[in-house]
Amino acid sequence: MADAKVIPFDDDRSRGGAVQRPPRRRGAAGRRRNGEPVPVREVREAGTAGDVQPLPGTAAAQHDVPVTPEPPEETGPARTGDGGLERRLASGLAFLRRRLTGDYDVDDFGYDEELTDQVLMSLLRPLYEKYFRVEVKGVENIPAEGGALIVANHSGTLPLDGLMMQVAVHDHHPAGRHLRLLAADLVFVLPVVNELARKLGHTLACAEDAERLLAQGELVGVMPEGFKGIGKPFSERYKLQRFGRGGFVSTALRQGAPIVPCSIVGAEEIYPMIGNAKTLARVLGFPYFPLTPTFPWLGPLGAIPLPTKWTIQFGEPILTDGYPPEAAEDPMLMFNLTDQVREQIQHTLYKLLVQRRSVFF
Amino acid sequence: MLVTGVARPLGGRFVRRIQRDPQVDRVIAVDAVPPEHHLGGADFVRADIRQPTIGRVLAETGADTVVHMDVTATALGSGSRTTVKETNVIGTMQLLGACQKSPTVKRLVVKSSTNVYGSAPRDPAVFTETTPPKSLPSGGFAKDIVEVEGYVRGFARRRPDVAVCVLRFANILGPSADTPLASYFALPVLPTVFGYDPRLQFVHEDDVIEVLRIASHEPERGTLNSGTFNIAGDGVLLLSQCSRRLGRPTVPLPLPAVTWAGSLVRTLGMTDFSPEQIRLLTHGRVVDTTQMRETLGFKPKYTTAETFADFVRSRGPGLLPPEALAGAVDRIAALPLAGGGHPPTQSAN
Repeated sequence: MADAKVIPFDDDRSRGGAVQRPPRRRGAAGRRRNGEPVPVREVREAGTAGDVQPLPGTAAAQHDVPVTPEPPEETGPARTGDGGLERRLASGLAFLRRRLTGDYDVDDFGYDEELTDQVLMSLLRPLYEKYFRVEVKGVENIPAEGGALIVANHSGTLPLDGLMMQVAVHDHHPAGRHLRLLAADLVFVLPVVNELARKLGHTLACAEDAERLLAQGELVGVMPEGFKGIGKPFSERYKLQRFGRGGFVSTALRQGAPIVPCSIVGAEEIYPMIGNAKTLARVLGFPYFPLTPTFPWLGPLGAIPLPTKWTIQFGEPILTDGYPPEAAEDPMLMFNLTDQVREQIQHTLYKLLVQRRSVFF
Repeated sequence: MLVTGVARPLGGRFVRRIQRDPQVDRVIAVDAVPPEHHLGGADFVRADIRQPTIGRVLAETGADTVVHMDVTATALGSGSRTTVKETNVIGTMQLLGACQKSPTVKRLVVKSSTNVYGSAPRDPAVFTETTPPKSLPSGGFAKDIVEVEGYVRGFARRRPDVAVCVLRFANILGPSADTPLASYFALPVLPTVFGYDPRLQFVHEDDVIEVLRIASHEPERGTLNSGTFNIAGDGVLLLSQCSRRLGRPTVPLPLPAVTWAGSLVRTLGMTDFSPEQIRLLTHGRVVDTTQMRETLGFKPKYTTAETFADFVRSRGPGLLPPEALAGAVDRIAALPLAGGGHPPTQSAN
């Protein structure tokens, strides 16, 4: 499988290092969120040469050994003893009772925390752990409290990267934070999709909602490339598109929230988009209609994503609270910050691509 | 004080309540039809606000406060949609015209609705008073409200000496509320739009009366009661939660079928299942109430969930009472091995 063309940067000396890396098996395996979250173990990169940012805790290099995937059954919150089973059953029934009687809370955005934690995350987790074998790095760059804006690249024809990022934060952040994603308006037009998106805590990508969430001290995830990023042809993989109009920067500036750049590698190859049926897309009202080597030729079978190996790296936060309040209205500063975020994500993407051994492993 | 729309239960309750306030000398209750309920000691004047007579009533009584509550979605008794629209729009125009000529009017309170924001998937999740609607309501009550508010804004410009307070109420529920949503929840089986679970907000009748009272008196210290305010209880309920708490099963129908069924029901004249109602039940609507708390100084007594609980108590049990379901689950839990129950244990897989 031909990899994306990689343009090394001047300080990019990691090629040799990457080759010498011990064959890494997936490490982020059966680690449960309700088990002990061990974020430091995810930072296995720290010791290797030419890392993107100096990550705190170089001692973590000891962990740069193949971590045998633990069978998930052993890390469950309750040991499957006689008492554990009963307790699980009882909590399951209590959950069922609450759901059936409508006795649960949702927030103003329709975020159903209980449903997300108990059901939806459990449905996404196999995809995250077993299928894409997502490796998370730098999760400690996400502040433990207060509002923060995570800005990530967008790719993959279907927005699975956002969902995987949500699982990554949910399962690996030591403070157990929840990521609130900003989604395109198309999501809220489609039936079923909009219902699930709301319950997962997503909301419309507009300045009002983003500011409200940040003001509430939530962790907000945004993919400023939008449809330009997710619907770009396979030949342009890992080339960041324009970052909208930089609205996310002024939102972060107004709230003084730090911006955490996030680079996702692996999502580009799940549906290699080799063509775009524009007429069909226009008829259906979608921004693009993907043609991949398998879709739509194989029907629903073609809609199965390729099992690529993913890496999600959270970069060092860019602080915005040092700017005066009127900075949000300064277009020059906004462009500069947008560029800075974009460069950092692009740079990290190239880094990760150089370190990647193959698309699938 | 002059109050319009008193033939409705809510208007009647407000008239009875406001007379107990010491600042109020006399209440003139106006409506086109005589109310079925008593109005305490208020003077009822039978006048149609669509006619210029309302100007004479206002001039003769010399009222200093006008509370306009005759802006409603449904007709009282047997009235067509045209009558409702005329009362809403023409009635407001006449009333505002009368107020403009009256030198005694010092305060105007208008009962509006959050319908003014419409309901669309491209809207922000939470509306503030200044959020412009993405898609203006094309008809029905929502359009009436938009027009009414437009006239009220015009009036406020022409009479800057009059304190104008527009209260945008979320869905009003309570034991005696006769709002379209209340009649929707009275259906034995709730038709819902497949694939959508709207967020709803409610405000309790008692809170409606209370906030109208605050708005129609002199403002308390540190508060301001002129302007536009969203009025809603705290929190949000999803339609699915509502149906479960109410114990009424839902029938999810695809959106075109709901629209079609809605127009069929409307033609038959059974219940008001209007397009904007369907939009509300598709996309939901949540408003921000910071202004209500901080500027108007009003703290609702009931949250959205408590309002709904009170509403549920006032209605009979549905086909699937939540207590019965909870009891069934408890019985499964009480089984020695609980083999029959299949709890969702994905969380621990």
